[in-house]
Amino acid sequence: MSGGTKYYKMLNVMCPMHVILNRHGDISSAGPTTQKLFPDHSLVGKSFLDIFEIKRPQEIKSIDALLEKAGTKLHLQFRDPPHRELKGVLMEGPEVGQMVINLSFGISVVEAVQDYKLTAADFAPTDLTIEMLYLVEAKSAAMEASRQLNQRLQGARIAAEEQALTDTLTGLKNRRGMDQVLTELIESGEHFALMHIDLDFFKAVNDTMGHAAGDHVLQEVSSIMLKEARRSDTVARVGGDEFVILLRDFEDTSKIDKIAMRIISKLREPILYAGELCEISASAGTALSCQYEVPDADQLLADADIALYESKNRGRSRHTFYVGSLRSVDAGSEVSESTQEIARRA
Amino acid sequence: MHGLINRAIQSFVVDRYGAAAWNASAKRANLGFTEFEAMWIYDDVLTPRVLAAVSDVLDRPYDELMEDIGTYLVSHPNLESLRRLLRFGGVDFVDFLHSLDDLPDRARLAVADLELPRIELREHNTQQYSLACEGKVPGCGHLFTGVLRAMADDYGALVFLEHQGVEDGTETVAIALLEADFAEGRGFDLGAGVQ
Repeated sequence: MSGGTKYYKMLNVMCPMHVILNRHGDISSAGPTTQKLFPDHSLVGKSFLDIFEIKRPQEIKSIDALLEKAGTKLHLQFRDPPHRELKGVLMEGPEVGQMVINLSFGISVVEAVQDYKLTAADFAPTDLTIEMLYLVEAKSAAMEASRQLNQRLQGARIAAEEQALTDTLTGLKNRRGMDQVLTELIESGEHFALMHIDLDFFKAVNDTMGHAAGDHVLQEVSSIMLKEARRSDTVARVGGDEFVILLRDFEDTSKIDKIAMRIISKLREPILYAGELCEISASAGTALSCQYEVPDADQLLADADIALYESKNRGRSRHTFYVGSLRSVDAGSEVSESTQEIARRA
Repeated sequence: MHGLINRAIQSFVVDRYGAAAWNASAKRANLGFTEFEAMWIYDDVLTPRVLAAVSDVLDRPYDELMEDIGTYLVSHPNLESLRRLLRFGGVDFVDFLHSLDDLPDRARLAVADLELPRIELREHNTQQYSLACEGKVPGCGHLFTGVLRAMADDYGALVFLEHQGVEDGTETVAIALLEADFAEGRGFDLGAGVQ
């Protein structure tokens, strides 16, 4: 075997994706993998620069200019479709004027393997391409398993949130939680009061001082309500700045009024947040279960709401018991009389 | 034990014997749930308990069950990705056998906390090999017997496999390669797995 043949055989095994150029820049031989990229014609005899465009480090038009780039990384592209990009490195060969260029697919190797139906035999045994393809597949499979898990966890989280009975910001019962206690109270038949409390000027705090300040205010309001309510009462946040307290075990309605007024007066005190004072107030309205032959949750909530708006109309920071006459536009002074009447009945 | 391993046992029972058999097995093993999450880590004690329960429910001897699971892992269409990952190990069956030493490292490259049984291939001559397996779960030698049988089929090689028992927790499988190019095999397209 001549030295030249040995040399070609060596290159075919150690870098199967190479080309050898003669002194004129014509391809004198191509490695088996290089030739696979051009299934329609043999590369031998063609001018290298007619087949490949050198894009980087800069456009190279002559073979002499190419030789100057020996040892540096070259970015090449097929001049004909599919204009595949390759990486390469060139060195002088053992014969005078001879150049050897080794090529690689770079990051597009995954596509290239598909496009040219390459097998492990098309790469040198030391080439890490097969390991890289293995990793791409293994990581994709692992990512897919993780993605499915995340999707299931997200679904479970949404379901859990929907079923939650607690307001995550304040730790109070949420609307669902309140509805549940209200239903149980109605079913038990015991007397109870439903107090609806609405914050005044809360929107202004949120708008001028930001949501963080608003959240802080809501948390302070909640702790005030929990402190002023008794253990047997249920405090719930049922909307952005709306609260409901369900009160049980009271001797007479004055107790309820006292609790309401204590909360209202505490809420008039400014709340400190980040060195600034947030000023809010609250209005409250209460409906009593004993006002109805058969108490109904929606009715109680609607009537407490009417009483609440009466408090707002009368200048805020007030508490009003619901009476039927509030439903007429001009309620006037009857309110206090009726309230006393209810107080006697309770 | 990694969820992937537990999940593989679950998939085996569901794909081969149906969901009812799996639910019965999960109940018998006192899992308290029926679905293993592939990417979660479970207590090591669960896996032998599940395998014992499956063996009881299916009324299959434990060793045969392990070999069936091994075969299933490589040959069932639902686990095509696993077969492909194993095929990356070598261009022919002997090449594949030599890649087995790297298998636990390959697995960890893909899923960092996945711990596979320790395995070591010994080449006695070009036809005679043996595989030593040492895992947390008893019977991993039988499992690898199943894997090797299915992979030989995949490569089109004719082999004779024999589990030679346990010594100090290490199970040995004798592999006799009768013919490397016995049949066509299933072929392996390098680029087919990536879409």
